[in-house]
Amino acid sequence: MKAAVLLIPLLPLLSFAFTGLLGRRYLKERSHYVSVAAVGISWLLSMYVLVEVERGQTLSWQLYSWIAVGRFSVDIGFLVDQLTAVMLLVVSTVGFMVHVYSIGYMHGDKGYYRFFAYINLFMFSMFMLVLANNFLLLYVFWEAVGLCSYLLIAFWFPKRSAANAGMKAFLVNRVGDFGFSLGIMLIFITLGTLSYSGVFASASTLSGGMATAICLLLFTGAVGKSAQFPLHVWLPDAMEGPTPVSSLIHAATMVNAGVYMVARSNPLFAQSHTAMMVVAIIGTFTAIFAATIAMVQNDIKKVLAYSTISQLGYMFLALGVGAWTAAIFHLLAHGFFKGLLFLCSGSVIHALGGEQDMRKMGGLKRKTKITYWTFVIGALALSGFPGLSGFFSKDAVLTGAFAEGYWYFWIVALITVLLTAFYSFRLIFMTFHGEPRTDPKVFAHAHESPRVMTVPLILLAIPTVIGGLMLGIPPENGHIDRLLHHIFEAAIPAGEHVFGPLTLSLMIISALVGIAGILLAWHLYERCPWLPNAACKRAGRLYTLLLNKYYIDEIYAAVIINPLRGFCGWLWRFVDAGVIDGAVNGAGWLAMGAGRLLRPIQSGKVQGYLFSMFLGLLALMVAYLLFNI
Amino acid sequence: MTPLQHYLALSVALFAIGAWGVMARRSIIVVVMSLELMLNAANIALVAFSNYSPGTPGRGEVFVFFVLAVAAAEVAIGLAIGIAMYRLRERLDVDELDELKG
Repeated sequence: MKAAVLLIPLLPLLSFAFTGLLGRRYLKERSHYVSVAAVGISWLLSMYVLVEVERGQTLSWQLYSWIAVGRFSVDIGFLVDQLTAVMLLVVSTVGFMVHVYSIGYMHGDKGYYRFFAYINLFMFSMFMLVLANNFLLLYVFWEAVGLCSYLLIAFWFPKRSAANAGMKAFLVNRVGDFGFSLGIMLIFITLGTLSYSGVFASASTLSGGMATAICLLLFTGAVGKSAQFPLHVWLPDAMEGPTPVSSLIHAATMVNAGVYMVARSNPLFAQSHTAMMVVAIIGTFTAIFAATIAMVQNDIKKVLAYSTISQLGYMFLALGVGAWTAAIFHLLAHGFFKGLLFLCSGSVIHALGGEQDMRKMGGLKRKTKITYWTFVIGALALSGFPGLSGFFSKDAVLTGAFAEGYWYFWIVALITVLLTAFYSFRLIFMTFHGEPRTDPKVFAHAHESPRVMTVPLILLAIPTVIGGLMLGIPPENGHIDRLLHHIFEAAIPAGEHVFGPLTLSLMIISALVGIAGILLAWHLYERCPWLPNAACKRAGRLYTLLLNKYYIDEIYAAVIINPLRGFCGWLWRFVDAGVIDGAVNGAGWLAMGAGRLLRPIQSGKVQGYLFSMFLGLLALMVAYLLFNI
Repeated sequence: MTPLQHYLALSVALFAIGAWGVMARRSIIVVVMSLELMLNAANIALVAFSNYSPGTPGRGEVFVFFVLAVAAAEVAIGLAIGIAMYRLRERLDVDELDELKG
């Protein structure tokens, strides 16, 4: 167990060093050999760890004392419990699939070796993030995944927009991370330790206000990393990166880090009702907010990006209302099906030679059968179609919200279900059905992706189909609930929920709403394709508002970025160039001027010196005679 | 007996002429000569003071001999510098020697 836990992160790290160092000169087109193998082994080991944890074995292992200064001590250590195992399952499975898929997707790219090196580094960081046993280590790898995200978003850095998107992701994340680091410092100040066990054991000693402050600061970090309103703006832009990256980092793993962190800190959040409410409100708002934007986007990856934001909102809703298990369940299910959807969209983009605009797609059903069917499975899961994993997990979230008495959140979430189903199938109908709107030449060349790309799609479709059945039945008390029960014991509100008529009726309602959304999309985009345009015209203002993503980017530009730029420009021109450079140059000028003034005295002519000497002597003598000094 | 002031006036005049020569003349030989004038001005003053002051006679005159010896040495060095300078520059103008300026 120990060896497995150690090797899981270590193998990708070694492979990163190997591929990164030798890739450019020696490995080139073979760069994926080691890196895929390393992640494959990590995947096997993660499965082993999962099985061990299932059998009731957990591990808390202090590997190395990293910092020990007075009262401040931080270890590098691993904590493997049920929550970690579930996270490992998502990270390693999707990670492995994405690695395999990338062999095909990135084939022929100039930065082939670089891609695999970065993505290995990401796997290492993400594994460490979920394995860490204290907040500081979590924070370190929290930043490390952010770095990898930056590197991979800006992977095609000669493209200006990609480089900017990477920078934007990094900077927006910094805002959240700043709050997160303040939260960690506050934890240390109040509790004197940073290890999970120590912090959670003494969490109940916190005063209410302090607990709220800590939780809100931690949540700020989660808002940044998990792209919640108002820090969601980086995720849609992050779609500039290669599609496997969008799938792995920006759908299935890294963006879940925020959810994981809040879930991990559940004993802290249990101390503050206010913080929980904030989490739930932000989550719910983000869910519906992003879903409305996703409805009108035309870029296939942007739709999925907003969908991810929206689904992450669901998870935070679940966390906020105390349905902890539901959040992790949804994280698990969403990781798989959203990873699948992104890989499918990559396959579509690959088939059309880089086209991402859905208005120029259509009719691909015939050309790319495997992509089509796996995409439909993923979209059905996303819409909460009965029987698929997304249905059970989303239902767990909805039921959790309703059962805890937050019916208003439940209603908003239910509307979001409708929107979700609508935009997922709008995407399907626009991409795969109808007449091809592609350039006929491109369409003639459209082809199914190579097997190395389609096999991961099929493999990811399997857990999407059966995951819910395996883990979520019966609802509220399925396998995943029993598995994670121990973790959330302290934070679960009193009163067990049992599967009953209420739960069943909620399930039926959400399923019907989801199906209604699918039918709506079918009606608008398959049966009457002229209707959407008419509807958009009728909606007019609202449509432009949605199409421009509520102008959030523009508002940020106007309120924060441009004033900041102006201020920086002023600092540069006035303070830096004027005051600071002025002081430095002024000192130089002063010395030079003094030199120029005094230089004639030092003529080198001895007679001149002598003359001044005599003058001086004379002056002294006169002074002596006159004043008798 | 000639009053002391006369000797001193002569001494001051010689000294002033010498100082002017040192400061204003360009030829290094004239400068050295002017230096001699200044030294001898001092000698005259010394001898005169010695003559007019009570106490042990000859105290001032002893200084004069020292000054003469130093002056001889100085002239030797001054002329040597002059020769060296002539070899280097083929001129005897002290204004040429201004390499030490800042």
